[in-house]
Amino acid sequence: MGLLERFFAPRHPAWGVHPDDRKRPAADAPLRRLPLPERLYVPLQQHVGGAARPVVLAGQKVRKGDLLAEAQGNISAPVHAPTSGRVLAIGEVTAPHPSGLAQIAITLASDGEDRWGERDPVADPFALAPEEIARRTAAAGVVGLGGATFPAAVKFNLGRRLKVRTLIVNGGECEPYLSADDMLMRERAAEVVDGLRIVMHAIGAGNALVGIEANKPQAIAAMRAAAAPCGDVAIRVVPARYPMGSDRQLIETLTGLEVPADARAAEVGVLVHNVSTCAAVHRALRRGEALVERILTVNGGAVRAPGNLLAPVGARVADLLAFTGLHGEPARLILGGPMMGSVLPHANVPLVKGASGILAFDAAEAAVPAAGPCIRCGSCTRACPMGLLPLEMAARIRAGELAAAVDFGLSDCISCGCCAWVCPAHIPLVQYFSHARGELAAGERARLRNAATRRLVEQRSERLAREAREKAAAAAKRKAERDAAKARAAAVTRAADAAAAPLAEATP
Amino acid sequence: MLIAILSLGLLGTVLGFGLGLAAKKFHVAGDPLAAEIEALMPGSNCGQCGFPGCPGAAAAIAAGSAPVTACPPGGKALAQALAARLGIAIDLAQVADAGPQIAAVAEEICIGCCRCIKVCPTDAIVGAAKQIHNVMREACTGCGNCVERCPTEAVTLQPVAVTLQHWIWPKPLAAGH
Repeated sequence: MGLLERFFAPRHPAWGVHPDDRKRPAADAPLRRLPLPERLYVPLQQHVGGAARPVVLAGQKVRKGDLLAEAQGNISAPVHAPTSGRVLAIGEVTAPHPSGLAQIAITLASDGEDRWGERDPVADPFALAPEEIARRTAAAGVVGLGGATFPAAVKFNLGRRLKVRTLIVNGGECEPYLSADDMLMRERAAEVVDGLRIVMHAIGAGNALVGIEANKPQAIAAMRAAAAPCGDVAIRVVPARYPMGSDRQLIETLTGLEVPADARAAEVGVLVHNVSTCAAVHRALRRGEALVERILTVNGGAVRAPGNLLAPVGARVADLLAFTGLHGEPARLILGGPMMGSVLPHANVPLVKGASGILAFDAAEAAVPAAGPCIRCGSCTRACPMGLLPLEMAARIRAGELAAAVDFGLSDCISCGCCAWVCPAHIPLVQYFSHARGELAAGERARLRNAATRRLVEQRSERLAREAREKAAAAAKRKAERDAAKARAAAVTRAADAAAAPLAEATP
Repeated sequence: MLIAILSLGLLGTVLGFGLGLAAKKFHVAGDPLAAEIEALMPGSNCGQCGFPGCPGAAAAIAAGSAPVTACPPGGKALAQALAARLGIAIDLAQVADAGPQIAAVAEEICIGCCRCIKVCPTDAIVGAAKQIHNVMREACTGCGNCVERCPTEAVTLQPVAVTLQHWIWPKPLAAGH
């Protein structure tokens, strides 16, 4: 590196933003375990893909880790009992989703014993076939815990099929306020490293790169210590820049590879898994434990004692907030980070596997400035990590020209929110994109439905024609039979006449 | 001045004749546009648009006497496809999409007469004589033919509830634009 580059090379990537991270003091508070709530509400859909199908009945007794609902379809994940107790009901509860709509969940009454059911730990996962690791990971209900909640085992099989060389482990955690992955790496570095080595074995990768943002020095030290004996695992420090935790940006920063717009990461020879997912894989294999609890950050101005909690899936957000305490009523509740998380309708929603944090904002944090007109400053185009033109896309969407927005690259948008964060006019750009995506998906569904309707109509007219043909054929057959019977009768009469005639002649 | 008037007049006359001849020579019997539009439509001939079946609606849309938003089962997607084909601009927000509806059979009133089954354009109703009928949600287009046919008013159209998978973020209110 020449002297000039040393001084003038950019300190950080050209994309992205650097919001005030506000991770402390929550990140420094010790990890606490949420006292077991009396009731747990386990949604059937906590992952991308088909909802799980319940295999328990109301009234049934279950132990911790028992299967509550099985995976349904190729891309799906099962859900397990987060504690021991009795199934109270299977019915609708409010989903942790901005719409406030209901989703089906299994309600569990805890018996307070928190007793594990049958577990099937593996002493040496590296002796197992990769398929078996994928099967066990799938059976434990492990999904991507970085937020995407894609079933982990499906990704393993994809990685093996596409012959992935490098496993990238995402310890970026670039969202402000969140420190759950940071806490996990500090507390359970050995589990993360063992988990990622199991994942390497499952996907057939030769080496692993762990990307951790520079603002987590303790996590970096812990992970380096844990990974020291493994030559094929490298811990890399990446600049603290939002959205470093997005897979495409992390891959580019760590390997220099750019994933093409219409391709998956596996197609350039890498696969990304989150540190929490790796730890869950470790528990699924080494301890035979299903994914029933996770570390998450409870933070925000309205929280009295912010910090990281170990909480069971299915605990209500209200239970968490009651444990940490609140300064008055929070002005806004968010599931996930402030940049990409979703606003919650109220605190009476269950925690899901993908919940990396619960943020309770006070009025100052939740204030949204009124949107003004776009002044075409281009800040959003500089911030966009995908190299898109958010202002142009939003203008098209505002005018209802969704196809034009797609031409501007709407489908490459990762909804990271950088554009809206930098926008001096406070235009809710990401909401435009989410709206357009929803409309496009609805249009596609309607198109498929129309095609299906056409097919049904064609099949019906074919059926009607066939029935008419069959009716005509049956009628013709009956007529022919009648005619034949008549002809036979006539022939018999004629024969009788013929037989009688000579007699008649002979008699006189 | 005179030359200009004469030459332009002559030009106009000649070209006018040319156009007139071309119109006669290349006259098309049917309307290919109507056929093309009909291919885009659901084809269930449900009659919700008020025209005699999909061919009738397609002819009216091609002639411009019906809006591209005339087909309720087609919804916004069809309106958009038709607008793109006809090269006209529509504001989708103006499309009165009352939301999808599908038929439902009230089991306690159904007498199992099979009449609704016969009028369903997509064979979406299952049942047999003196058996309670049922509607297959995936196949029903919500055309309402069965509702009119039912002697006991057991069939009604019900709005399809929005689910998490179908929910769409509302469009932001444009401020200052």
